[in-house]
Amino acid sequence: MPLIWLRVAVVCYGVGLLYSLLLLSKRGNLLGRIVEPAVGLGLIFHFVSLVESTVLVGHLSLASIHYSESILAFLAMVVFFVFFVGYRTVSPGIVIFPIVFVLTFASAIGQKPVTLTSPLLRNGWIFVHVVLIFTGYAGLFLSFGASLLYLAQERALKSKRQTPLLTWLPPLQTIDDIGYHALLFGFPFMTFGIVTGAVLAIEKYGPMFFYDPKVLLSFIMWAVYMLLLYTRWSSGWRGRRAAFLATFAFVVAICAWAANNFSRVHRFIAS
Amino acid sequence: MNLVLIGVNHRTAPVEVREQFAIPEARLPEAVKTLASCEGIEEGMILSTCNRVEILARTADAVPALDGFFRQFYGIDPAPYKKYLYEFRERDAVRHVFRVASSLDSMVVGEPQVLGQVKEAYAIARAVGAVNSQLDALLTRAFAVAKRVRNETAVATSAVSVASVAVDLAKKIFGNLEGKSVYLVGAGKMCELAARHLLAHGAKQIYVANRTWERATVLAKKFNGQAVAFEQLYETVPQADIVISSTGAPHAIFRKEHGERFLARRRNRPMFFIDIAVPRDVDPEMNRLDGIFVYDIDDLQQVVSSHVADRRAEADRAEAIVHMEVEKFQARLQTLDVVPTIVSLQEHLETVRQAEIDRVRGRLGTLSPEQELAVEALTRGIINKIMHTPITTLKSAARESSEVTTVIDLVRKLFGLRELRSSAAKDEPQAVAGGRRGAAN
Repeated sequence: MPLIWLRVAVVCYGVGLLYSLLLLSKRGNLLGRIVEPAVGLGLIFHFVSLVESTVLVGHLSLASIHYSESILAFLAMVVFFVFFVGYRTVSPGIVIFPIVFVLTFASAIGQKPVTLTSPLLRNGWIFVHVVLIFTGYAGLFLSFGASLLYLAQERALKSKRQTPLLTWLPPLQTIDDIGYHALLFGFPFMTFGIVTGAVLAIEKYGPMFFYDPKVLLSFIMWAVYMLLLYTRWSSGWRGRRAAFLATFAFVVAICAWAANNFSRVHRFIAS
Repeated sequence: MNLVLIGVNHRTAPVEVREQFAIPEARLPEAVKTLASCEGIEEGMILSTCNRVEILARTADAVPALDGFFRQFYGIDPAPYKKYLYEFRERDAVRHVFRVASSLDSMVVGEPQVLGQVKEAYAIARAVGAVNSQLDALLTRAFAVAKRVRNETAVATSAVSVASVAVDLAKKIFGNLEGKSVYLVGAGKMCELAARHLLAHGAKQIYVANRTWERATVLAKKFNGQAVAFEQLYETVPQADIVISSTGAPHAIFRKEHGERFLARRRNRPMFFIDIAVPRDVDPEMNRLDGIFVYDIDDLQQVVSSHVADRRAEADRAEAIVHMEVEKFQARLQTLDVVPTIVSLQEHLETVRQAEIDRVRGRLGTLSPEQELAVEALTRGIINKIMHTPITTLKSAARESSEVTTVIDLVRKLFGLRELRSSAAKDEPQAVAGGRRGAAN
């Protein structure tokens, strides 16, 4: 049953994906009217699916990789909606929707989910750790999206041509605010996520946990995150330079996400 | 009337070319004087705005002598610039003057500033004595046409001014203009207008820097702003989010290295430079800096032109008015053109009559007063009959624009009238001026 709800959510997010693709292919704002209700509906189905699968398992847990992908997508959408309410613009969706779609899609087609059997995952703290980190990721995604939009808007304004994109995008300042506030929003989550993870790992593995690729990458990502905030705060880096940094942080985040296979600490599949 | 108009405008020439021809306000009287003193030029005036430079002249003969002015005033040969220059003669020149004054030729069709600029240019030309009878009539009529267009069409009411385009762009950069500060460099009219728009949309602080301190303070007072000494320009500009520059400086006053310093001072917060000066005040290179956006007058036009389409219909109606007015004006002009010929024809025949009466008087002997009157009436009757057809032909030719000069020439040749331009020129202006004023009202 949860899988069906999830698939419905995927269809809804598909509207969001299509919306982004149409905008990027310069076809314009074709789905502008239905995109908000569609992804909103998707978020509701997604939530239902998550609740049901939790009920099914009987407790809060990360039963499979697909399940965690689903949670990440869900959190990214939640953060997106928080900012949507604050700034009344769907524009960051142009980056967020595809990411969310891919994550949800991957978790929805999963025929044979890789089940994470490690008893560790029964620990509620692990769940908290993952949710915190994921919320941090979501903030980073949003900020990354905003920095790309900032670049696009800056280009459009400098080229002095009235492109459809220019008219569609919110003002530069708004995009900038979204990017910055998404960073500010995500940073505490990321920090506490890493702290809880570190505490849990020390408990289990001792200080050696640090020499783990995934852990290292996570720390690098945290450092880049910090750097983003610092350059922004100290010298007001925006535009190109900020976009490069944000892209770098995004790539590191993807690597950290993908590094599960090499991580001893995060190997939750019983071997 | 040999009317010629040569000019460049925002459509024919990029700002780089226009800035070469632009004449600062302070030098305009001198330029007009130079123009009027050029050989073969009887009257002249010059309009120089950020969008156009136009030289209007009435020449002594049909060959325009404006090349001389280019060489004398600008010190350049106009030949290489021919592709940017447009040239109108006679009727076309009249039409162009009417269109410019009615703001139909403007970058923003219907914007009200241009009429004021034409009036100013006219006042300057008048002050230095470069215009008298004929251009005077033309310009007076142009102002009347502009008024008609403004009153009878909606062209002016829906005008999107450069200023409001600037506001739109500022909003695209800053979102909300609430609390943003604006820096005016130069205290020109356009600056003032743009500032007014920005204030109306929430901008808060206004700074004004101008080379003459008094004008800066006057303008600053108007907006409750702050006047800044021009020497402190570079230190104070970084405080502003939006800079509107319209000085008459011959070179850029904001260059890339200034921009870098501004950004450092502002911690990279974006800045928007609106450069409405020609020659430009802001080096276009500045636009390459991250966080600095520079729009010059041509860039603004690009944005504006997208709004123009809406007003096409109204503009068409305005064009129709202009067309009608040009016809009316031409007809009057030509009627006035035939007047001297009619007068000299009458004078000529009267002399002939007198001479003939004097010649035969001896042979007639003494005449009674009644006979005297009869002879008078007879001879007058004859010449009136003879004159009737040529005069009606002349008058109707005046209405048929194309053949008027041919008919005038023909009548002059047939009756052996003296050459108009050389000898009649002296007494013509008064007659024409009187008639023209009547025509204009």
